[in-house]
Amino acid sequence: MKILVVDDEQDVKTLFEQRFRKEIKNGEIILAFAFSGEEALEFMNANEHEAVLILSDINMPGMSGLELLKHIKEKFEKPPPIVMMITAYGDKDNYNEAIKLGADDFLTKPVDFIALKEKLKTKTQ
Amino acid sequence: MNNINSSDVIVFVCAGLLIILLLFGFILFFIISYRHKQKDFNLLQTQKQKIDEQKVALETTLKELKETQDQLIQNEKMASLGELTAGIAHEIQNPLNFVNNFSDINIELADELALAIQKPINERNVQDEESIINIFKENEDKINHHGKRAAAIVKSMLQHSRNNTGTKEPTSINALCDEYSRLSYHGLRAKDKTFNATLETSFDPSIGLININAQDIGRVLLNLLTNAFYATNEKKKTVGENYLPTVKISTKNLENKIEIRVEDNGTGIPETIKNKIFQPFFTTKPTGQGTGLGLSLSFDLIKAQGGQLHLQSKEGMGTTFIIILPS
Repeated sequence: MKILVVDDEQDVKTLFEQRFRKEIKNGEIILAFAFSGEEALEFMNANEHEAVLILSDINMPGMSGLELLKHIKEKFEKPPPIVMMITAYGDKDNYNEAIKLGADDFLTKPVDFIALKEKLKTKTQ
Repeated sequence: MNNINSSDVIVFVCAGLLIILLLFGFILFFIISYRHKQKDFNLLQTQKQKIDEQKVALETTLKELKETQDQLIQNEKMASLGELTAGIAHEIQNPLNFVNNFSDINIELADELALAIQKPINERNVQDEESIINIFKENEDKINHHGKRAAAIVKSMLQHSRNNTGTKEPTSINALCDEYSRLSYHGLRAKDKTFNATLETSFDPSIGLININAQDIGRVLLNLLTNAFYATNEKKKTVGENYLPTVKISTKNLENKIEIRVEDNGTGIPETIKNKIFQPFFTTKPTGQGTGLGLSLSFDLIKAQGGQLHLQSKEGMGTTFIIILPS
């Protein structure tokens, strides 16, 4: 399963690579990274059918995670990628907006990786 | 003597009477004028007393006004700190998340390594063990880096709220600009969830350390950036979808001077109020939203550093504030 992680913090890459070290080693998961909404769209255009699941931060300079979500849900229909939104501000407005735009799940920072792994299993089965 | 006739007597008596009358009149005049003078004097006395009282009252009022002004300036500092709180919380939360995550991973790695080295010698994989140790070290660096990042944010927050000590220290202008642009950006994001703006930075790497009062310059930057974001936010309300709110902060090394620009593509400042915006208590914000002290305070703080604060603006197009500091 290929997961595209979108976050403007560079160290998120290292963190995910480490948290999913075993899964990566076993070949269960392949991680790809984008550091902005714009970069994520570029990746999606270039590798349309690859990323099954997108994990995106909401608060990013430039294109926000919610705008990215809107673009993805409008543009990439087959196969529809699963999009999970992550935010540091777990407020209702963001949640409602994300769900309205078609987000498949909503996570709050700090990310609980054990819970996330459980979610990944159920979402992709 | 017998020559004196009765008509003469009448003349003398009349003359005598006239003199007595005149004398009496004079005396009466003097008495009345004295009384008047006394009255005037008393009036003057009371007036002087009143003036003295008023003088004291005015002095007290002036003192109170000065105290209120100091209080307002302090309030302005604290209010801007309040605006920062959300940004600070976000900026501290992020590094703390990294610290927690990487230390969790390192605990797992240490357990893994402990198990690995307990294996019989012929089953051990030295390469795997070395790789674990390397990752462990890398994570330790990350923990260290993010811990320091959080500490630096707390330190600058404390500096911001502290009263001005007036000490100049060699400061990295670029780092200061970066830090405050992040804080104000995240502060605004946290306060108004619907808002998003592009924050562009362009820092001249040739600027080394500049001897300035970092907390004062930080305060000015925060003020200018908050205004810039506010102006783009206001414009977005009227222009709508196709507008891309952008705030740009840049530094430039000029000869003997450095320049910091805070640029926005927001509402701009009308010609008619350009000469008023540095005046204390002048604000265009709705009542209760601005003290009108931000720019006036900024102007004074920059002047106190031997620098200048300039304004370029076009209504409807955007505003640029330029800080010039001696290097």
